[in-house]
Amino acid sequence: MSGHLTIHAAGPGSSVQDMGRAGFLAYGLTRGGAADQMALHEAAALLGQSATLGAIEMVGVGGTFESDVDTVIALTGAEMSASIDGSALVWHASHALPKGAKLKIGGALKGTYGYLSVAGGIEAPQIMGARSTHFKAGIGGALEAGQSLPIGVTPTQRAGFVIHASGRFAGGDIRIVPSVQTDQFSPETLARFTQTTFRRDARGNRQGVRMDADTDGFFVDGGLSIVSEVITEGDIQITGDGAPYVLMCECQTTGGYPRIGTVLPCDLARVAQAPVGAPLRFRFVTMDEAREIELKARAEIKALAGRAQPLVRNPHEMSDLLSYQLIGGAISATTDPFAD
Amino acid sequence: MMSYPQIKTVGLSGLLVTFAEKMSSPANRAALAFRAAVVAADWPEVRETSMSLVSVYVVADLVSEDIPKLITKLENLLSQTDWYAAPLPEGRRLWHVPTVYGTDLAPQLEEAAELAGVDPDTAIQQLSTTRMRVLTIGFAPGQPYMGELGENWNIPRQQDLTKSVPAGALVAAIRQLVVFTAPTPTGWRHVGQTAFENFRQTADQPFALTPGDELLFPQVSRQALMDIMKSDTSGNGGAERETLP
Repeated sequence: MSGHLTIHAAGPGSSVQDMGRAGFLAYGLTRGGAADQMALHEAAALLGQSATLGAIEMVGVGGTFESDVDTVIALTGAEMSASIDGSALVWHASHALPKGAKLKIGGALKGTYGYLSVAGGIEAPQIMGARSTHFKAGIGGALEAGQSLPIGVTPTQRAGFVIHASGRFAGGDIRIVPSVQTDQFSPETLARFTQTTFRRDARGNRQGVRMDADTDGFFVDGGLSIVSEVITEGDIQITGDGAPYVLMCECQTTGGYPRIGTVLPCDLARVAQAPVGAPLRFRFVTMDEAREIELKARAEIKALAGRAQPLVRNPHEMSDLLSYQLIGGAISATTDPFAD
Repeated sequence: MMSYPQIKTVGLSGLLVTFAEKMSSPANRAALAFRAAVVAADWPEVRETSMSLVSVYVVADLVSEDIPKLITKLENLLSQTDWYAAPLPEGRRLWHVPTVYGTDLAPQLEEAAELAGVDPDTAIQQLSTTRMRVLTIGFAPGQPYMGELGENWNIPRQQDLTKSVPAGALVAAIRQLVVFTAPTPTGWRHVGQTAFENFRQTADQPFALTPGDELLFPQVSRQALMDIMKSDTSGNGGAERETLP
């Protein structure tokens, strides 16, 4: 059944996202799409639908939403406080959202980018093959109060499932491979780079995330005389002040700063989700290791669909039926050691 | 000394074929011709290609593809001809983009002319009759970096950024011209104004220009551009285009 999701309030920078637009690099447009693609895969597994459907990305702060039809939602990515008509909701789970009920999503408790997905997907207009907002390119835009977004038609509505989210919300170790200019950095600089524990700087968005550290900058030998060159998502650029910037999904297509390495695609969500101040360390792996790691990560994404579990309800706490405390233990038992 | 062309991996997202350490016209032409050859080869593992000033980015899934095999394929293609002397690809277009020079619409023409060592009229004559080629597209969607003006236009970018220069602005520095896609803070000098839209996101062809296209910026009056702005809905800003032989 189709309908509309009305936005009564939305945090700044909230937008519709999907897997982005590939194929336009030659024209200066990067893929864009969800800053944390894994969150869309997890939502798809919860709702039993495709991961390519549109969803709402929320940056640090949620909003208030209402549907004009009975539907089902999934909450993934950065854990945020959430409730429907005052009843608390488990994050990383799917829930029935009755027609006219108020879904309230608060601030992020862990991580940066939270996602609200709806059965059938958010059907914002398709522009150049995707529904995602690309802020840097001026495609789409931030969600505003009063806006109503169409929801897609779906035969399946499956509420009451929970999924174990891969730990990526508190920084940690980031695996990287050498990049085009890695060999222009001295072995000492590279060693110092991998030995430094960085902190996610407050300066970070969908274009890039700055890394802060109590150490000197990481300059190349011979200074900044690099011709403007292709840059990609995941590249770690060393800017003029010597600080690393990890380039994210809305980065430019060319840049003139040297790059010290490139983050593996499967570790990029960990960079995106790291809250301000979270520790991050970079570790080089060989291309062969990187391929193996990435293949494994892809296999895990494929297996996600079978990993959604019915939300266990405790009959003794019926008034608090969907509260996250009920499954907190179940999640932490298998949580990634870097996640908290 | 490094020798060129060089092939390097770009993370796990593809391979970069670089033709020179610095921008030069032969290296840019080599990249242009080589990219066209990779596109024409239509290899199944190549997802897309792009070019920067002196290199070609070949996007392929380095997780699942055989990397040495793909490198060998590129090396074989590189060895087939002298890419630095290769002819420019076919199917390129020449655009004539009506441009207002100076006035309140392009307030840095005089300043730029002085830096280029010529009077404003000569500057306009040079800027409006030099055929510019799109060297690369980047920074913003569809935004062309074009070369190359005469040696006297090797003017530096200004130290302080102009807070915002409008979309369609024609700006100059380092013997190159750029038409801005969107309002942009910049150190390039604002010498002309066009109504040309590089990026038309709802059109069937969202990007007007492609690397290798050539452009001329003939002078029109301020009133003529105003009339174009009023009547044009195509995004071409009154520009005419022809296919180059």
